[in-house]
Amino acid sequence: MAELLKVSNLVTQFKTESGLVKAVDGVSYYIDEQEIIGLVGESGCGKSVSQLSVMQLISAPGEIVGGEVIFEGQNLLKYDANGPEMRSTRGAKIAMIFQEPMTSLNPVLTIGQQLTEMLELHMKMSGDAARKRAIELMSLVGIPGAENRIDDYPHHFSGGMRQRVMIAMGLSCNPKILIADEPTTALDVTTQAQLLELMKDMVQRFRASLVIVTHNLGVVARYAQRIYIMYAGRIVESGTTKDIFSKPRHPYTIGLLACIPRLDEEEGRKLVPIEGLPPNLINMPPTCAFLPRCAYKVDKCSREPWPPLTAINGNHYISCYANTKEK
Amino acid sequence: MTAYIIRRLIMAVIVLIIVTLIVFFVIRLLPGDPLIIFLGQQATQGAITEETLQALRVQYGLDKPILVQYGNWMWGILRGDLGESIYYHEDVGKLMGERFPVTLHLGLVALVLSNALGIALGIVAAVRRGTWIDSVVTVLAYIGVTVPVFWLGILLIYTFGLTLGWLPIAGYTSPFDDFWLSTKQVIMPIFCLSLPGLAGSARVMRSSMLEITRQDYIRTAWSKGLRERAVIFKHALKNSLIPMVTLMGIGVGIIFGGAVLIETVFAVPGVGRLLVTSIFAYDYVVIQSGTLVIATIIILTNVIVDISYGWLDPRIRFG
Amino acid sequence: MVEEQSTSLEFQEVAPRVSEWRRFWRVFLQRKIVLFGLVILGILVLTAIFADFLAPYDPYTGVLTDSLEAPSSQYWLGTDIQGRDTMSRLIFGARTALLVGFVTTGVAAAAGIILGLIAGYFGGVTSMVIMRIMDALMGFPMILLALLISSVLGAGIQNVIIALAVAMLPGYARVMNGLTLSLRENDYILAGRAMGATDMRTMLRHILPNALAPMIVLVTMQLGTLILAEAGLSFLGIGIKPPGAAWGAMVNDGYRYLTYNPVLSFAPGLAIMIVVFAFQLVGDGLRDALDPRLRGLL
Repeated sequence: MAELLKVSNLVTQFKTESGLVKAVDGVSYYIDEQEIIGLVGESGCGKSVSQLSVMQLISAPGEIVGGEVIFEGQNLLKYDANGPEMRSTRGAKIAMIFQEPMTSLNPVLTIGQQLTEMLELHMKMSGDAARKRAIELMSLVGIPGAENRIDDYPHHFSGGMRQRVMIAMGLSCNPKILIADEPTTALDVTTQAQLLELMKDMVQRFRASLVIVTHNLGVVARYAQRIYIMYAGRIVESGTTKDIFSKPRHPYTIGLLACIPRLDEEEGRKLVPIEGLPPNLINMPPTCAFLPRCAYKVDKCSREPWPPLTAINGNHYISCYANTKEK
Repeated sequence: MTAYIIRRLIMAVIVLIIVTLIVFFVIRLLPGDPLIIFLGQQATQGAITEETLQALRVQYGLDKPILVQYGNWMWGILRGDLGESIYYHEDVGKLMGERFPVTLHLGLVALVLSNALGIALGIVAAVRRGTWIDSVVTVLAYIGVTVPVFWLGILLIYTFGLTLGWLPIAGYTSPFDDFWLSTKQVIMPIFCLSLPGLAGSARVMRSSMLEITRQDYIRTAWSKGLRERAVIFKHALKNSLIPMVTLMGIGVGIIFGGAVLIETVFAVPGVGRLLVTSIFAYDYVVIQSGTLVIATIIILTNVIVDISYGWLDPRIRFG
Repeated sequence: MVEEQSTSLEFQEVAPRVSEWRRFWRVFLQRKIVLFGLVILGILVLTAIFADFLAPYDPYTGVLTDSLEAPSSQYWLGTDIQGRDTMSRLIFGARTALLVGFVTTGVAAAAGIILGLIAGYFGGVTSMVIMRIMDALMGFPMILLALLISSVLGAGIQNVIIALAVAMLPGYARVMNGLTLSLRENDYILAGRAMGATDMRTMLRHILPNALAPMIVLVTMQLGTLILAEAGLSFLGIGIKPPGAAWGAMVNDGYRYLTYNPVLSFAPGLAIMIVVFAFQLVGDGLRDALDPRLRGLL
């Protein structure tokens, strides 16, 4: 299947009172059609910003300063952020759902209004048709009694329900890509599982691709086909889910996996947290950002700039000089 | 929602009662026997006998215990009797009736102007943040909030009245009597009256809109590919209705406050000027009733604003 | 592993205090316009303190033969009907303005904060009683209320201060009430009470310090409003009357002689405006430096 979206060397920075923050520092990835990928990293690593950049939803003091986002043969970054091309892409071709279902819906508009406006805008549906479709969508995502609830306001719904509404909104115009930015972080575990399962079903039904942005490796383990691990604004490891979980090679990934308790391992294994703190993104040294916390470092790491992504085998890439296989 | 309204109304009544208490008892603390002061204007001291004084006291009910006086006054108010002015020798109700339309004329126009224009400017400044429009509005708003309105009035009188001779420097005519003259007379006072409200509204709306546009649901709206017009008017503005309505409520208070000064500067025979004159003349009857009327209007306005919150916020309206 | 843990905790604790202060100053002084406001205020304070040295003439007594002089090299801004030098009166007026401004605000803020804190913290009937009284006070236009109270109390600067303080305190009470209500819900308050903290302690050590920042901003911004109110009062003839030097009264004085020497009214009014402007700028700067999120609130 063809490459749907290809991001190359995306650079987004923020001017803060303390200095320039390179939230996204040369990120490259791609998404195929009908694929589910995971973008994993801790808070502040730039994963959300990278996705917002793809949608050109970055506003001052942030600025996209470099890179390409090739979608349907065009570089989206060439277009004006609020121009007709981006507007017809957002929601209709690439849609996004956000982390906080509580605040991501407009409290003074009904759910129906927020659903139908997209249908009327992108799908050119009339009021009645849009309303019908909105009810269908709500039922599809598992909201009981959709017909009666369509005129309710967001505060009438629970967190999980609201997120379902967001999913319905996201898929309402049959986008090619759905980006889910920490979709389940604000929800309890049971709801999380339900929602992820729902998203998987939905994107399959709508034949869309899904990008799951999260800090929780467990979330992507089950659903993503490929995973990108991000750290300090860059991608440090990428590969199929199987590769990442069974043969992690970047010290950060190895560290992440060591932190996760697993049902299938021996009793009594201590959870090993990663030493140190996330880096301050202002005035980053040119060397590898993970260096201060790395247990595998070699001489080369402190002399050379941030290592480029190199292939280890097949589709498995890492950004590392150390040979982690030995440990 | 009904419970919400009822609660607000009960609160309003309580507040109004407290207002009457404040008005009544504060004024009773006015130094000097109001009668003496009043009579002092009419005849020289000593020419009044004690009996006449006492008779007058009884006539005005000043010989009764203070709580009874309060009761009598309140009873009168509830029947629409605002008392008789010591200074003007007229029924206060009649005095107010003559003055109110004047203040209303200036006040309403100023209110509408300051709110409508101020809110619009504030929104534009927020939406076009950082551009020259934003800078101009911000600067003008600053000036509007910091300028002493009575001084501004004098400035305008000097420039447009005395020096250029374009506008009359004082006085008031009803628009029904002579529309053109009336308009020329009210331009300057209305301008002064509306300026603080306009500036205040613009600043608050600007902050409000900036705050709203930073909310998550606005980001969601953008991510849906809506055009700016839809995001601002449909999503953002609807959330700013509550601050807008609040501004209208506050505006009424500002207008009355401004009226006190502006009517004095421009010699406009309105309620503000009436009260100032009465305070200096220790005419407690007018002060009592006049202040009460104004305070009641302000409080009622705020109650309406409060209730409208309930209607505007779906969380309250639809439970 | 335990040592590694504590190292990372330690690292975090040392950093915040010092850099918070520095950050505040850096942001606060960063905008030139705020600095401008501070400079003006500095000039004002110095003028008020050194008025005796700066004023060329006695502001209270005038040379009658020099009545209503136009601005000249002798009398920079001219003289009023009594022959008093306007410039000197302007300079001494700064003293009145600052005195009334700071003292009144101090009293109003103190009273308002205490009332708002008590009302917000205890809730129930206490809150209802206090806040309804505040609502009632706020039902009067500020000038009117101050006018009323000062006429009851009589002439004199103390009475103006009391009158204005009463008129302004409900505003503070209301904001403080709102702040207390929201701060009260925080978990650390509950934790404190679980550890046996008394009401007094909770209010003073937990709630009050957290409400301090927005209240400081409010106070600074209200100083300007207060000066305007005082000017309005003295313009109407309440409070400081001539020969006392108060800017508002000077504007009123000059009003009669507009055709002779408009500067008599213009100069003091301009002074008022500049001072209020400066307070506003500094207040805004403070607010932005302390917490830009307050922009919506204040």
